Amino acid sequence: MIISKKFILGLALAGAGLTLQAQHRPAPKAAAKASAKAAADPALKASLTRGAAVYKNVCITCHQADGGGLPPINPPLIKTQYVLGDKARLAHIVLAGLAEPIEIDGEDYKQPMPAQAHLSDQQIADVLTYVRNSFGNKASAVQVAEVKAVRATLK
Amino acid sequence: MRSTYSRLLLGTAALAGSALLYASQTNVRVAPDPDNAGLKLPAGFGALKVAETGGKARHLAITPQGVIYVKLNKVKDGKGILTLHSQPNGKATVTGGFGDYGGTGMYVKSGYLYASSDHDVYRYKLDERGEIVDPTKGELLVRGLKVGSQHESKSIVLDNDNNLYVNVGAYANACQEQDRTRGSKGLPNCPILDSAGGIWQFKSSQLNQRYAQGTRYATGLRNVVGLDWNPQDNQLFVMQHGRDQLHDNWPALYTDAQSANLPAECMYALSKGANAGWPYTYYDPTKKEVMQGPEYGGDGKTPAKGDYLKPAAAYPAHMAPNGLLFYTGTMFPAKYRNGAFIAFHGSWNRAPEPQAGYMVAFQPFKDGKPSGQWEVFADNFSGSAAKTASGRADHRPCGLAQGPDGSLYVSDDSKGTIYRIVYTAKK
Repeated sequence: MIISKKFILGLALAGAGLTLQAQHRPAPKAAAKASAKAAADPALKASLTRGAAVYKNVCITCHQADGGGLPPINPPLIKTQYVLGDKARLAHIVLAGLAEPIEIDGEDYKQPMPAQAHLSDQQIADVLTYVRNSFGNKASAVQVAEVKAVRATLK
Repeated sequence: MRSTYSRLLLGTAALAGSALLYASQTNVRVAPDPDNAGLKLPAGFGALKVAETGGKARHLAITPQGVIYVKLNKVKDGKGILTLHSQPNGKATVTGGFGDYGGTGMYVKSGYLYASSDHDVYRYKLDERGEIVDPTKGELLVRGLKVGSQHESKSIVLDNDNNLYVNVGAYANACQEQDRTRGSKGLPNCPILDSAGGIWQFKSSQLNQRYAQGTRYATGLRNVVGLDWNPQDNQLFVMQHGRDQLHDNWPALYTDAQSANLPAECMYALSKGANAGWPYTYYDPTKKEVMQGPEYGGDGKTPAKGDYLKPAAAYPAHMAPNGLLFYTGTMFPAKYRNGAFIAFHGSWNRAPEPQAGYMVAFQPFKDGKPSGQWEVFADNFSGSAAKTASGRADHRPCGLAQGPDGSLYVSDDSKGTIYRIVYTAKK
């Protein structure tokens, strides 16, 4: 019964927010855990903040607020080589999507990832920098030029 | 020496004792776990963890003699089906396994165990004790079913006229030109529907059937995992997994909150030729109306163009109904008889709103139709309210089965726990 009530409440809220647009999502908790390095690097800090906004607007449904994904459908973004490894490969996944199943820690993730080429190079660099430095991850920032180079190979 | 000998004696006595207990099951009471297996249940009910299989336990089936068969989604130690035997206190032991394929479907009917992989359906002859006659001799009933990289499971059920019903899930969210892609339009005359997105009917005893030997019994069903034959009105009932990502793909038309609560997860009562409207439509539970999908010109406000089957009952969005069981036992109080239990696997598509589900619901029925409000029956599979909200549930209910004594069994495909719910109070 509790769920029923929540459901009705949710619908009432949904009705009230009919004209609202995508930008009003609450920030995921992981955003607060930006790496300590960011404090000393204003450009990195700004990129992480913008990246968190992209994440909650585009990625959060499948990859979840904690970056853990949903076994065995949507893969986790936590400490995998897909995220921490080759930046060009990572940018390629965002730009072109991923149709092939992948295996992470013995689990097969099959649901295809749709291409997100509608995002700008800046947005992709920001969100990948955010993902590579959230959920317990720590890796170098992704630069706009790196995304741009990958996008050029797709045209 | 002496102590070794007495230990040996004791051990032998214990063995003999358990063998005796095995033989006289009727005299021993099934004992719920002290914490009711961590579940929250209505007054008078108790629960126990029957077994920890350690596999992805999808659907399960129980023979009239009480042998439990569990279908694993992924082969474990070379086995895709586990055999479990119960002790008198209700706990069960995995005593064997067979079938070198993963899958979901598991059903017992008229002396056969039916099982499905994501491509095929098999059956195995059962003997008078409910044991598989020859585990190496699965008969291939249906082969070559369509499978993509989502909604792969082939759920199965039989009617009373030797027909086998198989779900073939649509390998897409909403039949877009580009699946799950923002703003991508729906394909006209969705080509997926020719071989998926519906229920196919086959003969339950004919070997090597393919699509050509089957009938597309019902169409316009995105993905059905929970299904059962309603013995009261002799009709197939199915639970549909409703579409995802209304907001992600159509942010100008749906807010996050709307997307978290649309569309309803629907129960359908199917007759031959039924069309439930996927991918052209979805069901809005507040408007109580079938709506035109945004991929096909809808805007969240426009009712469906065309005449589609209306749901028999509707449940909160994205909770993923994976098991459906019409309860015919006499162990539970009278209100449960001929009603439906629904195992909700739990949501992921509500993010960033809190997740929901991870419970078994009860839907009252009257004269073979849903009657009255559904209720949560068994809750807290997740382990806590916080784990439900985050979606990081400890256990996820998937399959349902009724034991010969009227107990309700629930399988969990996250950790592989098998639960048994019993009524312990006096009626």
